[in-house]
Amino acid sequence: MPASNPHNSEMRDLQEMARQIRRDIIKMLMISQSGHSGGPLGLADIFSCLYFRILKYDPSNVTWPERDYFFLSAGHLAPVWYATLARAGFYPLSEMSTLRKINTRLQGHPAPWYTHGLPGIEIASGSLGQGMSIAVGAALGLRMDRKPNHVYVLHGDGELDEGQVWEGIMTAGHYSVDNLTAIVDRNFCQIDNRTDKVMELEPLADKWRAFRWNVIECDGNDISDFLVAVEEAKAIKGKPSVVIAKTFMGKGVSFMEDDYRWHGVPPGIEQGKQALSELEPTKFGDFVEFEWEKQVAEVVK
Amino acid sequence: MTTIESKGEKATRQGFSDALLELGKENPDVVVLGGDVSGSVKVDAFAKAYPDRFFSVGVAEADMMGVAAGLSLVGKIPIASAYGEFAAGRPFDQIRQSLAYSEMPVKICASHCGITVGPDGATHQSLEDVALMRVLPRMTVICPCDYLETKRAVKSSISITKGPVYIRFFRDNTPMFTDESMSFEIGKANTLIDGTDVTIIAAGLQVWEAIQAAEVLAAERISARVINMHTIKPLDKKTILKAAQETRALVTAEDHQIHGGLGSAVAEYLAQEHPTPQEFVAVNDTFGESGKGAELMKKYGIAREDIVKAVKKVLRRKK
Repeated sequence: MPASNPHNSEMRDLQEMARQIRRDIIKMLMISQSGHSGGPLGLADIFSCLYFRILKYDPSNVTWPERDYFFLSAGHLAPVWYATLARAGFYPLSEMSTLRKINTRLQGHPAPWYTHGLPGIEIASGSLGQGMSIAVGAALGLRMDRKPNHVYVLHGDGELDEGQVWEGIMTAGHYSVDNLTAIVDRNFCQIDNRTDKVMELEPLADKWRAFRWNVIECDGNDISDFLVAVEEAKAIKGKPSVVIAKTFMGKGVSFMEDDYRWHGVPPGIEQGKQALSELEPTKFGDFVEFEWEKQVAEVVK
Repeated sequence: MTTIESKGEKATRQGFSDALLELGKENPDVVVLGGDVSGSVKVDAFAKAYPDRFFSVGVAEADMMGVAAGLSLVGKIPIASAYGEFAAGRPFDQIRQSLAYSEMPVKICASHCGITVGPDGATHQSLEDVALMRVLPRMTVICPCDYLETKRAVKSSISITKGPVYIRFFRDNTPMFTDESMSFEIGKANTLIDGTDVTIIAAGLQVWEAIQAAEVLAAERISARVINMHTIKPLDKKTILKAAQETRALVTAEDHQIHGGLGSAVAEYLAQEHPTPQEFVAVNDTFGESGKGAELMKKYGIAREDIVKAVKKVLRRKK
């Protein structure tokens, strides 16, 4: 069993893995023709860091008692999680092509492994705003037993409109749970528009501080910057920490970058081809090779 | 006819409180969550005895359900406590996704249910909670009838390790009429009085009302069977079918809306299996108001007299 992260990848591999995850996301969405593009692409660097450097887990034993707990509160970001879980060894790469199809374990929004979801998914998410409370509960329970496991929860910035998130943030601050690190995907975009148009979140860092949290801001598309931020978060004792990670929605695909209209839609076939041409192939290899001349429709079945 | 006597009065919520103290002693994994109503929902005794295993989450029931899910994930047995309206209605979506869909064995213990909560008025009278909880897959719904049964229900619920349990109880002191000699098994109804002309299926405080109604009816030579349907989900279909076949007329009684509660559960089942004339004693698609519990039971038609009336009505329809 791994004493730390089972991959513990070097910087160059983390970057290459992030690019592979982006390619996987594009291909999964081209096949499913349903699902969210923008947020998942923006988070590929963060997920590469989490699963190939930061988190403690054993992909062959999802109930390993020493594992870290990771909760994806914004469940619609599932494609980046699914691609990462496959790459991290939780399930076969080829299964990525079943996203959102009947009888799949890759549900539109994450289902737990013990019902009909993928190994590595601890609890359902999709209805927004529930992950913080769950993370706080897990952190409190682990602390009661003096266990060293760390708990991570990832929120979208638009998701912070949900009141329950702030209930959970208040509870975490009240109980000073320092075995908990929250990550906010700060891409300034949500479905309808830019976040400042839908519901102004600023001053966001001050809000968390006012709820007795330690706040670290970083560039979520810069792997070394994010790794340093999480290290710092984990080192802070006596209060929970949040990493507000600035990312670009659609990062890596020129025509999607920083455009809220890519929040909830998949690329069409031509758009997908264009996206893949911008994301250079990696040494990890794709889970499926499209034969364009035969039409993607063949694969889409 | 079997007579069932009251051995004094105590609140069902006190049964919850006493169960928690015993569970606290027996099982170190049991943790309790409170939402700033610890005294009235009676989790204060546990909080005092086991301060390290009691978590106040403030007046935040949505958060409470999530925190309970997280505690459950790391091996604790969380018991979430609130008033019925705020235990089932307010955090419905949290219960649906984080507990039911996610199969978390969290116990949701709801005090102050029904119209009988009284003076607080309609905002605090949860009359829809059974309907809300019953419709969720993977959920167990229990509505015990007195102090002891509440205690036994809470203690038994710990054995359910897959999916949440919703236990509904009440504020006021009410007659204690069950005893340890009666069996209590989740999902298995208790036939308290045997009868041949009609069956009254009741839950919660209406079980005592049904017993009283059966006595009134006995004096008029109507033999009423009384079934205590403490578990509303999963429903004890065998006992219901037997009663429907043998007495051919039913009355259901509950402190809940007429739509979606115990009466609906029984009717849904029998409509498919053995259609039987049925009358519903329940709050008739309206909100409550302030008043004493007993006064409200009468005004809103869920008292023993209403059960008697419903029995006579259903007997006229009996084939």
